[in-house]
Formats: sequence, C-alpha cells, structure tokens
Amino acid sequence: MDFNDSQQEAAFRKEARDFLEANAEKRSIISDKPSDKSPQIAVAGAPETVKGGKEAAQEALERAKVWQKKKAEAGFAAILWPKEFGGYGGSPIQQVIYSQEEHDYLVPSGYFEIGIGMLGPTMMVWGKDEDKKRYLPKMITGEEIWCQLFSEPSAGSDLAGIKMKAEKDGDEWVLNGQKVWTSGAHFADYGMIVARSDPSALKHKGLTYFYLDMKTPGIEIRPIKQISGTSNFNEVFFNDVRIPDSQRLGGEGEGWKVALTTLMNERLAVGDPPGLDFDQIFEATKELEVEDGLAIKNSEVRQKMADWYVQSRGLQYTKFRSITALSKGQTPGPELSISKLVTASKMQDVSAYALELMDSSGMVHHDQNPVLKNLFQNGYFFSAAMRIAGGTDEVLRNIIAERVLGLPQDERADKKVPFNELPSGKN
Amino acid sequence: MNFDFSDDQKLLRDQARKFLFDKCDRKSVRTILDDDQLHYHKELWSQISEMGWTGTAIPEEYGGLGLGMLELCVIAEELGRSLAPTPFSSSIYLFAEFIKNYGSEDQKKKFLPLIASGEKIGTFALSETNGTPKPSNVKTEYSSETINGYKSPVSDGETADYLIIAANSDNKGNRNSLSLYIVDLHQDGVSKTSLETIDPTRPACSIKFENVKAELLGEQGMAWDMTENIFNRAAVLYSFEQVGGAQVSLDEAKKYSMERFAFGRQIGSFQALKHKMADMYVKIELARSNAYYGAWALSTDSNELPVAAAGARVSASDAFNYAAKENIQIHGGVGFTWDYDCHLFYRRSKLLSLNIGSTRQWKENLISNLEKRNIV
Repeated sequence: MDFNDSQQEAAFRKEARDFLEANAEKRSIISDKPSDKSPQIAVAGAPETVKGGKEAAQEALERAKVWQKKKAEAGFAAILWPKEFGGYGGSPIQQVIYSQEEHDYLVPSGYFEIGIGMLGPTMMVWGKDEDKKRYLPKMITGEEIWCQLFSEPSAGSDLAGIKMKAEKDGDEWVLNGQKVWTSGAHFADYGMIVARSDPSALKHKGLTYFYLDMKTPGIEIRPIKQISGTSNFNEVFFNDVRIPDSQRLGGEGEGWKVALTTLMNERLAVGDPPGLDFDQIFEATKELEVEDGLAIKNSEVRQKMADWYVQSRGLQYTKFRSITALSKGQTPGPELSISKLVTASKMQDVSAYALELMDSSGMVHHDQNPVLKNLFQNGYFFSAAMRIAGGTDEVLRNIIAERVLGLPQDERADKKVPFNELPSGKN
Repeated sequence: MNFDFSDDQKLLRDQARKFLFDKCDRKSVRTILDDDQLHYHKELWSQISEMGWTGTAIPEEYGGLGLGMLELCVIAEELGRSLAPTPFSSSIYLFAEFIKNYGSEDQKKKFLPLIASGEKIGTFALSETNGTPKPSNVKTEYSSETINGYKSPVSDGETADYLIIAANSDNKGNRNSLSLYIVDLHQDGVSKTSLETIDPTRPACSIKFENVKAELLGEQGMAWDMTENIFNRAAVLYSFEQVGGAQVSLDEAKKYSMERFAFGRQIGSFQALKHKMADMYVKIELARSNAYYGAWALSTDSNELPVAAAGARVSASDAFNYAAKENIQIHGGVGFTWDYDCHLFYRRSKLLSLNIGSTRQWKENLISNLEKRNIV
C-alpha cells in the first residue's frame, strides 16, 4: 500500500500543477476575502454565486470563458476526450489527478462541466460526423456552452415521465411543453432535450432525443429563485419550437437509450463541491466559544466532530480505492456511489451545528457578517438543495439497494401500460 | 496510487475465508455459545495455529511467519466474518504486539515462539472498575517483585497462560507511576472468577492477584504510553474484524429479505428495508476505507497511526453496531430468537466496540490526536 504516483502519473501531475500555479490563485480553507459573501461552493451547472446583478454575472461568465480557453489550450479542458475532437486523449486517472490539483485553486467552475462531461460524450456516441466536427471543439474551448433539458414538473426522480410534446411535421419537429431545473439555460448557447414523440407507446419507448439552439424562436427562459436567494436553475418553456429532424440524436422512440448515455456520464461529471466539510467546522470550533470555553474543548462538540471526521476521510479514502483501480486500468467498484449521499447530509448537519455553536449570531446572514463569512449560513441552504439535485437521497438509496446490493425493484404501475393511460395526478 | 491489498494478500484472504467457511460454521460458534464450560474452540485454535495464522506478524527468528501487519489485517477481517470463537485478538493483537514492540530480547525469545505456535495464550488487563480506565483507577500494585490487586474484566482470562498487566510501581494515581508486568497465570496467588459476557463466544473473567510473581515489560513508568500505542495498533485489527462482521450482517439481512414474502412480495422490495440496507452499505464502505487507511498507517509505522487507528475504530464500530441491530430488525420476529444467528452478530458487534475502549473514548482519542497533529 502506498499513495505514490507512478512515474507517468507524477509527470502528469507536475504538468497540471505547473499550469495551475502559473494561471490561477490558491484556495484557503476558509476564504479570507472580507467581501466574499458566498462560500466557494459550486457544482456542475451551478456556478458559484455572483453578487452584483446581471452585469456582474456577465463579467463572471466572460472570466470563466477566458479561463476555459486557457485550460483548453493547455490540454486540460477535456482530458478524457479523444484528440480528434480537441481532447487530451487521456485516461481516467489523469482526469482524477488534474481535478485533485485544480481543487486547490480558485478557478471558475459550473459552466462547462455538463457539456464536456455529459452532453459531448452523448454526441460522440449518437451524433453524425459533421455534428461532432461542428460542435465538440467549441464545447471544449468554452466558446459555446451547453445545457441539459431533461427534468420536467412531473418528471423529476421519475425522469422517464417526460410530457414535453414532440410532433413531427415534414422534416421538422414541433416542441411544446415545459422543462425545469435546467442549469445554466440562461447562459447556454445549445441544449440537449428529451421529448415524448409517441404518447401511446410504453413510457420508456415513446421518447426521442434532440439537440437545439437555445435562441430558436419559441423558447422562453425564466430563472428559479432558490432557497439560497440565488438562481442557478431555470424553467424553460417551449411554444411551437421548430427544429429540423437532422438535430435528432438516435432513432425515433430511442430517446431513453440516448438519455442513459448522458446519465451514465453524470457520475464522472459531477465533482466534489469544495469548501464545507470537517476541516471548516474544525477551524470554526477553534474560534467559537461556548459556555465552558472554546467549542473544540467541549466534549459534546468533540463527539460530533469525530463522526464527521470519519465520514469525511472515509469518503476520501473510498475515492483512493477507486483511483487505485483506475490507476491499474481497471473499472472501479460501486463504492463511490455513496459519495453524494454522504456529502450532502454531512454538509447540512455540519452547517446546522455550526450555526448552533454561533448561538444567536447564527441568525445573521448579512454581507458584513463577521463570523466566518457566512460560510455555514450559505451551506445551510445550499445543502438542502444538494440532497435533492442530481438524484435525491432516496433515489440514491434505491440505486445502491438495487444496482449495488441486487435487491428487487419496487413494484411498479407504469411498466406495461401505454404512457397516455397512466394516472398522473395534478400535473 | 496503490491503496489496496496485494494479489498475494487477496489470495491469503480467499484461503482464510474458505477455511473458516468449512471449519468455523455457525454450529461451531454455537458450541461455545451454548456451553458455559467452554471458553474457546480448541480444535479451531489448533488448526489456525498450525497454519501459522497466530504467527502471521511475528518475525521468523521468534517462530512466526514473518509476514506483515497487512496480512494480519486480512486474517482479522476473516475472523470477524466467521465470528471465530478464539482468543486470537487477546493473544495476537495485544499480548504478542506488546512483547514484540516492548519486550527485551530474552522476553521475545521466551514468549513469542510459544504465542506464534498457539501453544500458549496471552492476554492483557488494564480495567479494574466500571467506566473509562484512567491512571487513578488503577489500584493494583507491584512491589518486592510481586503483584497484589485485581483486574476485571480480563478478556480470555480463563484460557490465558500469560497476562500483561498495568500496576503501580511507585506513588499511586498518576500516569508515570504505572508500569507493565508480565505474569504467568499458572502460579499460586492467581484466582480467576468466570464472568458472563454479552457475547459468551468471547469470554472474560476477573482475576485476583495475591503476592504473584511478575516481570517488568518495557520501561518503568511507561505503562500508559505503551498501552496507548498497542491499543492503536490493535484498533486497526479490531476494525477489520468489525468490518468483516458488518458485511456478513448485511449479506444475511439481504438474503433473508429476498426469501421472505409479505403482502405478496419479497420484503426486500420495500423501500423502507432497501434504504436501511443501503445505509448499512454506506457505513460499511466508509468503515472499510477508514480501516484500509489504518492498515496503511500500521504497516508503515506512520506518525498518522494515532489518528488513522482512531478513525478506523470509530467508523468500524459504527458500521458493525448499525448493521447488526438492523439485521435483527429486517428479520422481524425470528430476528430475536435464539435459533436465528442475528443475535450472534448483535452480541459480537457490541462486545468488539467495547473491548479496547468504547466508541465514546475513541472519538475523544481521535479529536485529541487531531489537535496534537495540529494540521487537518
């Protein structure tokens, strides 16, 4: 057992580190910028919160594009992609190494991951050659940003319950309906969408998959204001949106199969949100006072801290096990499927407990908040969303139970009935 | 990165698993559970000793196999899976490690070959009263080359030939007044009283010492430091036993939930049960990963050992306690019968999480070692 890189891995790590050192700023455990209202939390498709309205958001986007271009030129933007589409042609272990190194730097994130991680790979499998040539290289450089239009008001955990209508009209398709939870729709240039082309077919059989220009007439985007006060997601309305049949990926009625290609890449695309874990609350307990002195000297606090430490490090070492498999060129086991389930709840518990330790100051969620820059206040809200986005805790437990442990599927009412005969409740 | 056991170590694991599957079935475990007079499975003990498991991490010059601590971790996990009713942990994780790490050359030559061959069994005793052991609770005294006092509970005390014991060598009541001594338990003045335990397959007794001869182990006044270090080493090995037991608890819960039908379907298809088993899986994988890290620290003599061992221990106790209790829950009514095996794991899980200090105590150790390390 050791944690050493192989010679090639070490060389690649040095390459990555040199690039980052020359082009980015290092991250501290708790950001020391006094004006920094937001913790450095960002996940795929949800860029870190930017204060200052539309103009500031536009500036942040431009900064992100500049960074992405640099990263692409250095070869690190799409390490797993083949060279012919502008990728690095690298291995999963190299992607892991780069991500580990980048984790220590303050770089823009949340804009390009969905395209490069999920949608690009889908186009590689299902797209025509001219599509790949036209779209993939610009996805890497950040010149064109992509979003994923899957979820709907009545298709969340039950993703195949999509109702968005796709009706064929000659060489075109006409889309009508609503998508929701679309990360980055407001800054995306293109999107990939799943729609129902045959409502009389079985639920998973009547879907078709397309890509489209987000500026196509008839698309209306409305931001969703979240619990955190910020808006990373959107509702997207489709009103007689016409797209050519040439923008179909996969066959008519094959949409679910294509969507699975996208979803299978999700695990690789969604990284760890840095910034709120054991280390942060450990630092906080060395500053905050409770009735008998510093929080870290209090026995109850110490007991709780130990639980979070073993969760935090347990996940880190679980990742090491998976990385070991990658490093040997093997497929990792299913152990990393526990990752988001543990991380999100831990973040929620840690945040809530940190607020407790602040006592009444924990109520304050203000720009001038002197206590730890609102880190835990923001985490308190963000974590509530994190337990739902990208698979709820409950769906993740089902996935572990069924796919990892091999337990039987729940009895389902939607397997043998045409979609348009299924009961659908309020929606 | 190579955060995994080697192919040879995995081969050892497979062999051990197969052997214990054959020789240490539940019927064997129950012979010890059901008979108050039997304290361990003698036949199993002599078989695993013959194969050299008892000498796994003891150097060849002292009669062992001279393999490393990683190999011992592998064996520990298998012993945990099979609920092996043997004094392996007391004799190997504790007694042998004390002698190996702190014994004089003469002591190593004298004791290690007997322990490695399984011919003799050793154990360790610190506790004298209820609650967390601390220096001021140790009343047992050493003077004029003899021990007087009392220890309870002493794991595997009934079967042990030798005992390492903490006793006061001068003014009582502080850390530096305590030293470790080796006691031959086959002598006048040693009186043992059997104690029932929550897991009768892992027995204990109390021992009274009246003018009992003993020899010093390691440096005088260093009992507490030595014990902390050996407990850290043992904690990693215990955590592998716990991970093994937790995994089998989950496997058996799963098996039962797929065979048992209620409301016209397999109970394992109900989300309430699936989510419980998913939570078991989460805790077990976290514990396994923390145990791996402990194994790495143990096998490399890393400065990380105190933190890594405590982390492994806390995580493994949590996983096994949870898996064992929810295994009973998933079995429903039969889960709390004597006939079904659920209680064997429920007993073992709690016993293992108390044996070298409670989870509460190990959490405290973890945080105080993190503070000492001063970096996270």
